[in-house]
Amino acid sequence: MARKPEKKETQVETTGHEWDGIEELNTPLPRWWLWTFYATIIWAIGYTIAYPAWPLISGATEGMLGYSSRADVAADIAAVDAENAPLNDTLNGLDLTEMVGHPEVGDYAFNGGKAVFQTFCIQCHGAGGQGNTGYPTLIDNDWLWGGDIENIYLTIAHGVRAEEDFDTRYSEMPAFGDILLDEEIAAAAQYVLSLSGKETDASLVADGQIVFMDNCAACHMDDGTGDQTLGAPNLTDAIWLYGDSLDAVTETIVNARFGVMPAWSAEGRLTEAQIRQVAVYVHQLGGGE
Amino acid sequence: MSTDDSPPKLYAAREPIFPRRVQGKFRQLKWWLMALTLGVYYITPWIRWDRGPDMPDQAVLVDLANRRFFMFWIEIWPHEFYFVAGLLIMAGLGLFLFTSAAGRVWCGYACPQTVWTDLYILVERWIEGDRNARVRLYNAKWDARKWRLRLTKWFVWLMIGLATGGAWVFYFTDAPTLLQNLLTFTAHPVAYTTIAILTFTTFFFGGFAREQICIYACPWPRIQAAMMDEDTMTVAYREWRGEPRGKHRKAEGAEELGDCIDCNACVAVCPMGIDIRDGQQLECITCALCIDACDDVMTKIGKPRGLIDYITANDEPLERAGNPPRNMWKHLIRPRTILYFSLWSLVGVAMLVALFIRSDIGLNITPVRQPVFITQSDGTIRNAYDVRVLNKHGEERTFHITSISLNADSVIDLELQNSEGALITVPADSTESVRVYLDAAPDQPAASRNRTEVRLWIEDLTNGDRYSEDTVFNGKAP
Repeated sequence: MARKPEKKETQVETTGHEWDGIEELNTPLPRWWLWTFYATIIWAIGYTIAYPAWPLISGATEGMLGYSSRADVAADIAAVDAENAPLNDTLNGLDLTEMVGHPEVGDYAFNGGKAVFQTFCIQCHGAGGQGNTGYPTLIDNDWLWGGDIENIYLTIAHGVRAEEDFDTRYSEMPAFGDILLDEEIAAAAQYVLSLSGKETDASLVADGQIVFMDNCAACHMDDGTGDQTLGAPNLTDAIWLYGDSLDAVTETIVNARFGVMPAWSAEGRLTEAQIRQVAVYVHQLGGGE
Repeated sequence: MSTDDSPPKLYAAREPIFPRRVQGKFRQLKWWLMALTLGVYYITPWIRWDRGPDMPDQAVLVDLANRRFFMFWIEIWPHEFYFVAGLLIMAGLGLFLFTSAAGRVWCGYACPQTVWTDLYILVERWIEGDRNARVRLYNAKWDARKWRLRLTKWFVWLMIGLATGGAWVFYFTDAPTLLQNLLTFTAHPVAYTTIAILTFTTFFFGGFAREQICIYACPWPRIQAAMMDEDTMTVAYREWRGEPRGKHRKAEGAEELGDCIDCNACVAVCPMGIDIRDGQQLECITCALCIDACDDVMTKIGKPRGLIDYITANDEPLERAGNPPRNMWKHLIRPRTILYFSLWSLVGVAMLVALFIRSDIGLNITPVRQPVFITQSDGTIRNAYDVRVLNKHGEERTFHITSISLNADSVIDLELQNSEGALITVPADSTESVRVYLDAAPDQPAASRNRTEVRLWIEDLTNGDRYSEDTVFNGKAP
């Protein structure tokens, strides 16, 4: 059925290629297409002159218009900062206890604090403030250094065992592995577990209590409820920063634990307003006192 | 080079159409329908409806900014958008029903393209005269008179277009306020842009594109054939009665001629520029104006009316054999139309039921999963939930929120973040989010079980309405 196409006089020239009688036409590109193509080339040349384009060893050509996306962002940030300045001034002028739920800046502090928290705090404390082994949960009702707004503010500002800050929180539990006998440690561990009603070896608990009273009660108090001014945890509750197993407790007694947290006011890490914001946020996470 | 080789052109130039004025019952019906549809379109945004002090008082309002759709006493929130989907399904099925019963009645009577074109032709006739005058004007040189008439017509068309685009934007915001803003040039640019686009499209579609839209742009002529069958009533020419057509009634052999006197009245009035005597055509929108035109002529020459009429395909053999057509109701009521009507009613009834049983208050619960639970110092297991309470009333309402464990063995307590008690106040026609804590004391089985089903209740303190949603409490599995 194949019919040989009739040759037309108007037919465009061929490329001269021929395979088995099939010739390749040399049809020119549509004019509009060609001109569009040339226009894009001219545009590209103009663009590389006007805007940063050519990569150099360090950086790139700057372009005649002096445009920079970084400068744009910096300007945006400066604009937001300028806009927030009055709010920050108000916030910084408040007494710490007035901040939570303040009619004017309460919401601002909470939402700003959330942003700060999501940027600087979640690496250890978790996105929901849930913490992790060794990193305190911020949404429960147990606080190592106090859960009122003032104490939260102080902890954030000065950190825990932050060497760069003279006012940092510092609790020093000795590593009893060098001080006590293994049997004494084992007994003390049983006693500590018994404080929160865990199943323990009753025969060791009595000995453990003696060890506890001699060595531990100075900070953890006679009844084991701890002392927030010293950062000594409450041992009678259900919350265990390093775990509630016998091994974990023994490990703590033998080697002690030294959790650390940066002092966020030091070295220009966070501004005063940011620290106040995040204090408000942490306080409202659920466990604030 | 010979021109014979060149393929036929794919572009057909538009043949200008000059529909003649016609009078009759279908024309009358179309005037009424035009007044009704245009009236509904232009007036609806101006109807007021009192919903209380904090709510918009426009009867029909598509409030995109606040994501609310108001229609008289009905208010649709985004999550109830299925009502709109249901309405669209009903519109589709309704179209099927009418098409299967009476052909392209939508096209001929109710389609905006038809209605506005009709209006534009009316204006054209007022300004430039009827068909013959318009043909003359079309062929005339562009002198001062032609310019004057054309510019007047275009101006009036533009004003109608402006009113059309103007009415459209009123559906989306408070109409009186917007009108004031529009006139003082303080309205949002979107309003002006929308009006400009709709003005132009109305002007172009109604004034110049007209039947081209129906023939080339609209998908419905292609689809509608699927709903039509031999019982569908369509506008048709009783060819067996009219043929052979002929003008010369007194000439020799005139007694051989049919009723059609070939006066071309049906062609002259056709807004689509077709000859209905050629049979059913894609172009025909069944506007029925040719019926009016032909009936007029038949009355004048003393022949029975209905040479062109609404008839069905399977009446044709009956009529050719000299029998009367069957009863119209026998055509209308048949399995196909019954099916379409049943489906249409089904969706309608389902939507009505859904409309009346839906609640004016609501509750969305999002369990907080980071963490799944926490242990309080006394061993209590706490789960957190982000709860959103919906208040569709036109006034602020306060809700009491409570929890019950669906496993009878456990008691689960409820607490709100940063709030004493369990009351939450939701502004009018809005939602309020609150973080809810559920606590299971350490001696409760729920505290040491992976999943416990929990139900949260809200109670509207104003009228005692209650609403609940279920969620899951996660305990500390051993």
